[in-house]
Amino acid sequence: MKFWGKVMTIAWKDTISELRTKEITSSVLVFTLLVIVIFNFAFGTNREVLPAVAPGILWTTFVFAGMLSLNRSFIPEKEQGCLEGLVTCPVSREVIYTGKALSSLLFMLIVEAIALPIFSLLFNVPVLSLQIIVITVITTIGFVAVGTLFSALAINTKAREMVLPILFLPIVIPIIIGAVKATELTLTGESWSGLTSWFQIIIAFDMIFLVVSFLTFDFVIVE
Amino acid sequence: MNPAIKVQGLTKSFGTRLALRGIDLEIESGKSVVIFGPNGAGKTTLIRILATIMNPSSGIITFDGLNLKSHAEEIRRRIGIVTHQTLLYNNLTAYENLEFYGRMFDVPELKKRIQELVSLVGMTARLHDRVATLSRGMQQRVSIARALLHKPTILLLDEPETGLDQEAIPLIWDNMPDETGRKRTVILTTHNMERGIEVGERLLILDKGKIVYECVRGALDIAGLKEAYRNSTRTSV
Repeated sequence: MKFWGKVMTIAWKDTISELRTKEITSSVLVFTLLVIVIFNFAFGTNREVLPAVAPGILWTTFVFAGMLSLNRSFIPEKEQGCLEGLVTCPVSREVIYTGKALSSLLFMLIVEAIALPIFSLLFNVPVLSLQIIVITVITTIGFVAVGTLFSALAINTKAREMVLPILFLPIVIPIIIGAVKATELTLTGESWSGLTSWFQIIIAFDMIFLVVSFLTFDFVIVE
Repeated sequence: MNPAIKVQGLTKSFGTRLALRGIDLEIESGKSVVIFGPNGAGKTTLIRILATIMNPSSGIITFDGLNLKSHAEEIRRRIGIVTHQTLLYNNLTAYENLEFYGRMFDVPELKKRIQELVSLVGMTARLHDRVATLSRGMQQRVSIARALLHKPTILLLDEPETGLDQEAIPLIWDNMPDETGRKRTVILTTHNMERGIEVGERLLILDKGKIVYECVRGALDIAGLKEAYRNSTRTSV
């Protein structure tokens, strides 16, 4: 079985495990909905400011929900003592990284797919456009690329759930700013060509951090 | 012929603490080596380094002449590991766990191989139960099946009897030869001296990260081994 076959095997294992426990998706989804509802109450009577603040609310929600999800990416492996089983498999560390990143990406996209229509309904802003879906997908790829690396790094520390946000948030700021600005432009009716520069920033971030994560994951995962 | 496992000048430090201090070890193919030592002697660290779970601080390790650093994937394919941790996913069934590891190790005719092994370890009836619902002893049986799944030529056993019932303990020792009857190379760490003297062809005592005593089976009886253990672990620096 080649690279992608092994990657899919890891993602399959994580998906089955998640389907049984719903540990990540249920907690992240509840958190996401709660944040959206609270912000909706906060800005509910002030519809004029919504187009200006909606991108920030949307991405703040996704960032913190994503961190909750990424925090759980390697912790079950560590807690159950399975990480050692995984690293003794005859596969490159890149396979493990890509498999874990793929399953995290899947869980985050599911949560986002549920959250976007609810956000659209409660805030009455058109976030279900193709442009915003593309922005969400490419930003989530970069977010997960960095998050998987730092999640693996954090599991070997004592205060692992505190370490991830401290290390991770400063790194993802550029991509989140890019996503917020691109979402804001989309909501003001900007065309695809007007979003090009923000797309370039987000895609460049994705590529850089995918390569960096590939190259450094071996040092992070092995004690 | 290259030795199955060759370790030269192996050290491992955790911060300022030296867990292994220059281990030199050569094990011929098909031989079994038992390592005794008090808690904190470095037994588990040594096994974890050999299993590629942990990087050494310095030293050279080769398996059949292949350097661990440059041929890690190929070497992992030859190793089966049983530790006091089962390395199983609690939320998957025993079958799903074996299927997962089988796919990762590219085991041919995987379904047939899983059936063979679960029958061997006496877990056929609980094969489709989630690991979290199995007793510790049953989990360890599945763990033994997992370690043997890809027909490894080298077995690394780190206190493998932990949690196993008396009936299941022979499962480990009966499977030290592979299916063709060829002896596997085995490194076992244990506190159980009776078991160690029974299965090991070479007996080592590790203390404070160093091999402080070594002999071959037959050189000592159990009383002699206990005496050697007491003397070596008391006098080592």
